Amino acid sequence: MLTSRSFVKKTRKGGVMKVVREHYLRDDIWCGSAACTKCPIDKPVLEKEPVPEVENTLCSYPHYLLLDTNVVLHQVDILEDKAIKNVILLQTVQKEVKHRSLPSYKRIRDLIANETKRFYVFTNEHHRDTYIEIEPKESPNDFNDRAIRKSLAWYDEHFKDTPIKIVLLTNDIDNREKARNEGRVAYTVNEYVKAMEGRPELMDRLAQIETKERERKANDSDITAPGGRNVLYPEHLSSYEINAGIKQGRYKKGTFKASRENFREGYVSVQGMEKMVFIKGLANQNRAVQGDIVAVEMFAESQWTAPSTVIAEDKGSKEDVLDEDTDNSHIGPKKGAVPTCRIVGIIQRNWRPFCGVIMPAAVKGGTKHLFMAAERLIPKIRIETQQYETLAGNRIIVSIDSWPRDSRYPLGHFVRNLGAIGDKDTENEVLLLEHDVPHLPFSEAVLSFLPKLPWTITKEDETVREDLRHVDICSVDPPGCTDIDDALHYKPLENGNAEVGVHIADVSHFIKPGNALDTEACSRGTTVYLVDRRIDMVPDLLSSNLCSLRGGVERFAFSTLWEMTPEAEIVNVRFTKSIIKSRAAYTYEQAQNKIDDKSQNDALAIGLRGLLKMAKILKQKRTDNGALTLASSEIRFSMDSETHDPIEVERKVMRETNSMVEEFMLLANVSVAQRIRQEFPQSACLRRHPVPPLSNFEPIIKVALTRGFELQVDSGKALADSLDKANIPSIPFFNQLLRMMTTRCMTQALYFSSGMLPEDEYLHFGLASPIYTHFTSPIRRYSDVIVHRMLAVAISADACFPELLDKAKIQEICDNLNYRHRMAQYAGRASVDLHTQVGMYSSLPV
Amino acid sequence: MAGLELLSDEGFRLDGRRPSELRKIRLRLGVFDQADGSAYIEQGNTKALATVYGPHEVLGGKGKPLHDKVIINCQYSMATFSTNERKNRPQGDRKSTEMSLHLQRTFEATIQTHLYPRSQIDIFVQILQADGGNYCACVNAATLAIINAGIPMKDYVCACSSGYVNNTPLTDVSYLEESQGGPVVTVAMLPKSEQIALFKMDNRLHVDHLEQVLEVASKGCKDMYAVMNAAVKEHVSRMAKSMECS
Ligand SMILES: [Zn+2]
Repeated sequence: MLTSRSFVKKTRKGGVMKVVREHYLRDDIWCGSAACTKCPIDKPVLEKEPVPEVENTLCSYPHYLLLDTNVVLHQVDILEDKAIKNVILLQTVQKEVKHRSLPSYKRIRDLIANETKRFYVFTNEHHRDTYIEIEPKESPNDFNDRAIRKSLAWYDEHFKDTPIKIVLLTNDIDNREKARNEGRVAYTVNEYVKAMEGRPELMDRLAQIETKERERKANDSDITAPGGRNVLYPEHLSSYEINAGIKQGRYKKGTFKASRENFREGYVSVQGMEKMVFIKGLANQNRAVQGDIVAVEMFAESQWTAPSTVIAEDKGSKEDVLDEDTDNSHIGPKKGAVPTCRIVGIIQRNWRPFCGVIMPAAVKGGTKHLFMAAERLIPKIRIETQQYETLAGNRIIVSIDSWPRDSRYPLGHFVRNLGAIGDKDTENEVLLLEHDVPHLPFSEAVLSFLPKLPWTITKEDETVREDLRHVDICSVDPPGCTDIDDALHYKPLENGNAEVGVHIADVSHFIKPGNALDTEACSRGTTVYLVDRRIDMVPDLLSSNLCSLRGGVERFAFSTLWEMTPEAEIVNVRFTKSIIKSRAAYTYEQAQNKIDDKSQNDALAIGLRGLLKMAKILKQKRTDNGALTLASSEIRFSMDSETHDPIEVERKVMRETNSMVEEFMLLANVSVAQRIRQEFPQSACLRRHPVPPLSNFEPIIKVALTRGFELQVDSGKALADSLDKANIPSIPFFNQLLRMMTTRCMTQALYFSSGMLPEDEYLHFGLASPIYTHFTSPIRRYSDVIVHRMLAVAISADACFPELLDKAKIQEICDNLNYRHRMAQYAGRASVDLHTQVGMYSSLPV
Repeated sequence: MAGLELLSDEGFRLDGRRPSELRKIRLRLGVFDQADGSAYIEQGNTKALATVYGPHEVLGGKGKPLHDKVIINCQYSMATFSTNERKNRPQGDRKSTEMSLHLQRTFEATIQTHLYPRSQIDIFVQILQADGGNYCACVNAATLAIINAGIPMKDYVCACSSGYVNNTPLTDVSYLEESQGGPVVTVAMLPKSEQIALFKMDNRLHVDHLEQVLEVASKGCKDMYAVMNAAVKEHVSRMAKSMECS
């Protein structure tokens, strides 16, 4: 039985509406140390005799480290080093880090999970002796610092009878002094790392922010360096001022996007405004970096200005001058002026480690260097390093630490060396890192869940699965495809209708929910295709072998079977787990030839012709409904099989058979979407494509108008129709170009959990389908794996498990999948760019 | 889209409780003199007041007296000031009708109804402040009020809710935890015989977890019982003392 007496209850008030929440204080939160005799702990985290990996000349006694928030936020690179162990992390610190930087939070959670690091989380806010209340007029920063010192004092007191000391690590000199005045041991990270014997290279990885607390504002970046150098940038407002300003409508919140053409220009996409707002000049950009969430102040209309027509690249010539031309002072609106603003503060930084190259120091032999990120939209970063000689000519990773007002460029530190520039592996590595693609080899734990070879179909399998091995099934894919996840068949029925089947690799049979293999696939989310490399979502054994529906072998499939009339009306649909034996794995070209060759009349040829006929009707129906046919500018490389160098660049050719397969995949996806939505009204994993806002179409409407075509964009159907009309016989490419541009205007399609949105938002705009999902590529998309599991439950082929019913969990997975898909797309495009360049260079006569 | 972290990795809930802990309970029997029985209970910030009248003659034209047992009439209401936003709450809206019905079912099952044929017992429960687990607080308050009125019951009826987060069942969910949309199971139980008088579930929960969640809820009911029983005993001994004095 629990006694309610052991708690003291406090209430917390705040917000406009009065919110009262209970806050229990406890006396059963332990210190987490094996050296402690007072606390009854069964699993201590901190070691009894904390001997550091490296001797530290400052603290030569056994000690635990207690971290200040700014250390966790900015010095994770150091914390991840094996030299740092036995660390106390306060709940307050963790909360603040989570609030300020999710990436840092994730990394620190990984450290806590790593048992060898011995990071202990102390829930100080619910501890009776370490809980403090905010004092009137105390800033949140001061409050947190005080909470940290309170816990520090508690720990000090707790360990006073042992040889162990508690050392506060902070970046904040003010907090260090206060702690010292209270009789505690406190150092800055700089001091501590410097005193580590034999690890001078750690200094390079130290973030460049030793700050004075009083000047710390929004993101520790508003600091004037000692010596009072020339201040270049306006001050950032504090988060308090920003919030107040946003509430009053003086400021607006938005995401900063640097201009691709001119480094002095940028845009902010403001919430609730259709058009992006323009920013001119580095001072007005005020140290915002691509992707940061910022607060902006709109200029009066008389101060609006027009984007310049000059392309400018930051050469970094004058370091102490920001904007040379001060044409902000011009009078009256310029021609072509657009809404303009300036950035007054940063709400959340989007800093991450960047790949790039180091540039030579201004002074020969100097240690101060500029770093140029591979991503052009990121400003140059100033770093200090002793190892320029080794780093020059290599791709390296650098993190931004801060951007003080007196520094033209942000300050950062070196993290890792990837390898020589131009080396294909290095460049691929850069590409994968830049797009956050998990690409390490699969771990032993993951591989242990693979089926043992030789894999055979057992009697038991035959009893639970429908045997479709007698059906004439074939697959149609691009040449060189080894991960075949779909196959089709068509069989005329006696009543004049036809049976059409889509057979999808039964990946969920091999990946059981929750095991390491499943978790890894879920985290990867998708297979990533680079020009010369494929980063698989699931291990090769599954993707290219057991799951791949290759010709002539028996495989497990998840089949969708329709009975359809000759007019391609669905009479009924049925889903079943099956065993199939694909008769042949055709390429698009082979399939086309088989259809066209009138002399062939075997079951497969008849089937393919039947499928093609049906597909054409289905496509017509979709188009009549307003589905868009958009061109994609994908290009393909033919690779040399030995060297993996691209030999030839070709544009993808669309054959009738491409769209035939596509049509049936769409049909299967829609049928499955309806079925799982029925079974899982709250948590079905679906895919939607929101209607793009009209403003997205403006550029393309303009282009079309120059040629005298009027594009209707108010509905999918109108758009599709007007695109069809926009043909110029003399320029056959014009229509395709328009369609390509339309693709660019589209919003991203997204996965979502059905319980999260009202039904009318399920719409897939591009396909003009009220409901849609992904079912047909489980080998290379994790969304399809989930959908397979849901469908299996729906037809009682498999048991349900709790996560499938949890709409929040499904949405969480969807969010990750959306992110991974976007990144995979970008990585794929970047890879094509890279090879196009390489291909052009190598084919140039030297 | 990440919602609130209801359970930290260190195993603490937002308000500092561990998963299996109830909120702080405070209760009092006999708060009004006019009613035959009354009780007030606080479970965390959820506060409920229950009053019991009867058994008395069947009044009004509503129900006909039953020849073999007593009519139990329950009315549930929420005070206008019970939530963040002040709201006028008309009598007999859908939610309170439903609650009233639930309460009625619960107490029909536990009061020794056959002892008072042709009569009626009125139970009025009002939520003064709502912070999750309203039904539980009502049942617990009503039980105490009935005991206070001296109406015989088979056993106490204790109610407790439980939720399910990160593969861990949570006892006695607060409003904040309820409002995250996870499954919430509410159980009203006769703690001695472990009979369940009412079982209610909001949102879907996988059947594999049901047993676990139910286990936790019934453990909560028993904890609740211990607290209530102690309070009743104390109340009775105080009454006895005051009677001796007079
Ligand atoms: Zn201890």
